[in-house]
Amino acid sequence: MTTISHTPPRVAAVPAVQTSRTVLRRLRRRPLVIAAFAVLALFVILALAAPLLAPHDPIALIPGAVLRPPSRSFPLGTDELGRDVLSRVIHGARISLRIGLVTIGIALVLGTVIGVLAGFYGGVIDGVLMAVMEVLLAFPQILLAMAILAMLGPSLTNAMIAVGLSAVPVYARTARGTTLSVRAMDYVEAARAIGVGDGRILARHVLPNMISPVVVLATAGVGIAILIAAGLSYLGLGAQPPTPEWGAMLSQARAYLRNAWWMATFPGLAITLVVISLNLCGDWLRDLLDPRLRT
Amino acid sequence: MRAFLTRRLLLLVPTLLGVTLATFLMLHLTPGDPVTIMLGEFASASDVARLRAELGLDRPIVVQYLKFLGRAVRGDLGSSIRSRRPVQEEIAERLPPTMVLALAAQVLAVCAGITAGVTAAAARRPSVDSAIVAVTLVGLSMPTFWSGLLLILLFSLTLGWLPITASGGLRALILPAVTLAAPAAAVLARVTRASVLEVLRQDYVRTARAKGVSERLVVYRHALRNALIPVLTVAALQFAGLVAGAVIVESVFSRPGLGRLAVTAILSRDFPLAQGIVLVVASMYVFVNVGVDLVYGVLDPRIRYQ
Repeated sequence: MTTISHTPPRVAAVPAVQTSRTVLRRLRRRPLVIAAFAVLALFVILALAAPLLAPHDPIALIPGAVLRPPSRSFPLGTDELGRDVLSRVIHGARISLRIGLVTIGIALVLGTVIGVLAGFYGGVIDGVLMAVMEVLLAFPQILLAMAILAMLGPSLTNAMIAVGLSAVPVYARTARGTTLSVRAMDYVEAARAIGVGDGRILARHVLPNMISPVVVLATAGVGIAILIAAGLSYLGLGAQPPTPEWGAMLSQARAYLRNAWWMATFPGLAITLVVISLNLCGDWLRDLLDPRLRT
Repeated sequence: MRAFLTRRLLLLVPTLLGVTLATFLMLHLTPGDPVTIMLGEFASASDVARLRAELGLDRPIVVQYLKFLGRAVRGDLGSSIRSRRPVQEEIAERLPPTMVLALAAQVLAVCAGITAGVTAAAARRPSVDSAIVAVTLVGLSMPTFWSGLLLILLFSLTLGWLPITASGGLRALILPAVTLAAPAAAVLARVTRASVLEVLRQDYVRTARAKGVSERLVVYRHALRNALIPVLTVAALQFAGLVAGAVIVESVFSRPGLGRLAVTAILSRDFPLAQGIVLVVASMYVFVNVGVDLVYGVLDPRIRYQ
């Protein structure tokens, strides 16, 4: 992490120089990224307007419509209990959106607070906080999430908390690194010299200048968080039936692979599309905000 | 060299202590009373008292941790609430199939990832490069619990080439290993591609080209060798991730293994079993990390003198 202090700070200044028009012009040369933004926008619309857009109730059993293949009345077929797969996939968007927002919210807020406190105050605070983070980094993320779930007990809410908490150490480490480099800047020293208090320095000078690498990390992290949370639901540790969660739907579909391919196809397609789009947008945003990280 | 080895090995001690402490605290940071959670609301008072004593929960917390640590060092991880058997026995039974799966996936991921990465970096036509990058993006984004189901649907149910479940020896390993390897291979392909592109910009590569070495030799003799160090580091670090990722793949293919044991432990709120699995996998992760550091230090003298 010591190398970070040599890099120029005020990463946030880079996009500020580019006008929104240059951003748009660069975006026009990346049709895939535009498509990815469109897919994400579509899923957000599906998520927000799910009750209006879904043709059926996602948990209502439709009499006489068990395991129907895709047709005009059920475009994505029905499941083993006679529920409309299309409606369940649409409502699943709502759950995935919530998972993405909640997990990244937890990781971003806690990680930033811990990292900024450690980096700004240094000394014992830094030592203790980072020792805890280092220990947690010794666990692979899915294992850490499962350990937290073992403590909290299986449920969708707990899975979101577990995935969010399991990502905190990575955010804290990044936040600490950038805070260290910002703390060494002249403007922080100048603020201190004219008698500005710690709270104001943190809020006005440190936070705005350290946040952008953490935000880049978060855009890349949403996809991973959605994948892990869906995986936990697949294992039965997250969303419980009859919740129309994509991972849980695939778990049910496994038993009917032989005679209902549609049950196993569409929820997986939905997750994959969302995660591909998130990854594309994340890569693009990273290149835009921080050209040094370009691979 | 010796100083480097000693320093790195000594750093293991605080890390492992931290891992045991975190694992130990799992039981104590649990909201509510873990004994009631494990035995259920209607357990008799004597059962509750017995389990409490068995877990040592009636002692001061420092004493509890030291006992936990002392037993863990000797390989005693307590006994499972569900099966009443020693946790280390349950883990020892389930670890081999998981390791076989993770190793098979590792080999596949390294072969496929490096080949794809080098091909993309050395590709003359940009379309080949873009195609490989696109495939890695899909590989990274597809959840293994979906790709696994699709592979079963295609190769087992439609074509009938490969068995669906665990029975069937080596042939039964193919689909799970491919499923588990896919995201890891995608990551390795990206790392390899970036690393080779970086090396191809170096002066010695320009020198080699200037003196008329064929492009093939430039890529495979000069660039690849030097580009592989970061790739192999990432590959080694992925291994523990593959062990953890086996949780989902084992569930998709109903293979017995550590992952399924972990899921059962969590669902039945079997704390000693869950703690044991977490401790074993995390320690493995720590040891692999240190091993990678050591090998890296041996390979690249610059690391030693930091």
